[in-house]
Amino acid sequence: MATDISKMNETVTWKDLTEGCQIYGSGTSKQFNTGEWRVDCPEFIAEKCKQCLLCVPVCPDSAIPVVDGKRTDFDFEHCKGCGICAVNCPFGAIVMKGEGN
Amino acid sequence: MSIRERLSGNEAVSIAIRQINPDVFPAFPITPSTEIPQYFSSYVANGQVDTVFIPVESEHSSMSATIGAEAAGARSLTATSSCGLAYMWEELYVAASDRLPLALALVNRALSGPININCDHSDAMGARDAGWIQIFAENNQEAYDNFVQAYRIAEHKDVRLPIMVCQDGFITSHAVENIELLEDEQVKAFVGEYEPEHYLLNSKEAMAVGPYGVPAYYMEAKRAQLEALKNAKQVALQVAADFEKISGRKYGLFEEYRMEDADYVMVLIGSAAGTAKDAADALREKGVKAGVLKIRLFRPFPAEEIAAALKDAKVVACMDRTESYNGNCGPLGAEVKSALFTAGQMPMVLNYVYGLGGRDVTVESLTSVFEDMKKADETGELGETYRYLSVRE
Repeated sequence: MATDISKMNETVTWKDLTEGCQIYGSGTSKQFNTGEWRVDCPEFIAEKCKQCLLCVPVCPDSAIPVVDGKRTDFDFEHCKGCGICAVNCPFGAIVMKGEGN
Repeated sequence: MSIRERLSGNEAVSIAIRQINPDVFPAFPITPSTEIPQYFSSYVANGQVDTVFIPVESEHSSMSATIGAEAAGARSLTATSSCGLAYMWEELYVAASDRLPLALALVNRALSGPININCDHSDAMGARDAGWIQIFAENNQEAYDNFVQAYRIAEHKDVRLPIMVCQDGFITSHAVENIELLEDEQVKAFVGEYEPEHYLLNSKEAMAVGPYGVPAYYMEAKRAQLEALKNAKQVALQVAADFEKISGRKYGLFEEYRMEDADYVMVLIGSAAGTAKDAADALREKGVKAGVLKIRLFRPFPAEEIAAALKDAKVVACMDRTESYNGNCGPLGAEVKSALFTAGQMPMVLNYVYGLGGRDVTVESLTSVFEDMKKADETGELGETYRYLSVRE
């Protein structure tokens, strides 16, 4: 049976599927663009942000990248637009807009 | 050198498990399978095995723990009966679709109700579409021999599916019969070490077991699973051939008894086959060409091979030790008739429900089935094709 994970996509035949759909390798959810599920979209207003970083741990999708101790703009490949970050931001630096992108 | 003993089916299977020395055995007791983990826990306490024995709080948990251990890379098994198997319902499908070659010692018992602890096949038959290999025994010797062969079939690279090793509750599990055991070292060498290619505790390879299958993958997954199950037929024959070399005992997909010129063939599963053979012997002495086809492998179902074995039969009686509640046939009847139809063969076929909930199966009762077959042949009238045997009218 096939074990080549690179062949696992929506054109795979049953003969090339991994046994039991097992997935070999780690961090593969990065390859899954969950951003396309988004209905509401957060906007990051950098000038209001105090870099308190309260938004980072509440994000269920780890979609707020932190570089050198400071948050940057959203990772829209993975942000599902749930809005939890906007509710938790004490400074109004995140607002939700009603369109996916 | 084989060892002559006298053992119950449960103790025989427990000894097979001790000789295999598996890694993990989670268990929850239920009659009539309780003795298997009970005997085995004494082997653990005596230091005769290296197995981790996990007493759990239910069969839902025992099968879940067996799945987890097998996915981790450990050769694992559990034992159960009846409602215990029903409580594993969800996990049975998970074990098969995750392609985990674990083993289950199933001691067949009626699935309620009325509540009953005695033998029939309603537990195993309820699980027949779960994707497992199902292998049945006529007596304690076959229960032991099937268990020794089980992992070699399940773990084969072309198969990798769970295997249900079945014996009849009480009739086989508790009755003490003569048996020939293999030496411990012979069994260990025959079964070998379990060396999975992928397993969760492998620190060199991260992996995920049992991911969600969206519609774009689901049917391909099921189709691949079917191929593995179909492969189990050939693998079971290869393993049986190797087993014959060390034991002298021959196994196939099914056993053909006095079938060479049989007009009237009884197809059945499990301990009643011994009774059927006695009935056939007595009828043969009277000139009635009676034969018996005893199923060993029920899943995958050896349809083409059975049809070929039945090609010269005039009348076939399929014996179902379970009710299927479709008003038409039992599961074995359905499989055999489907096999015959596909092969373009149209013998007369009767289908009996017998032995439910421990109802006695006697030479007389099975002789009456052969007589019914003879009558149907002579009159050309089948009458009611779906019948109950030994029921008070």
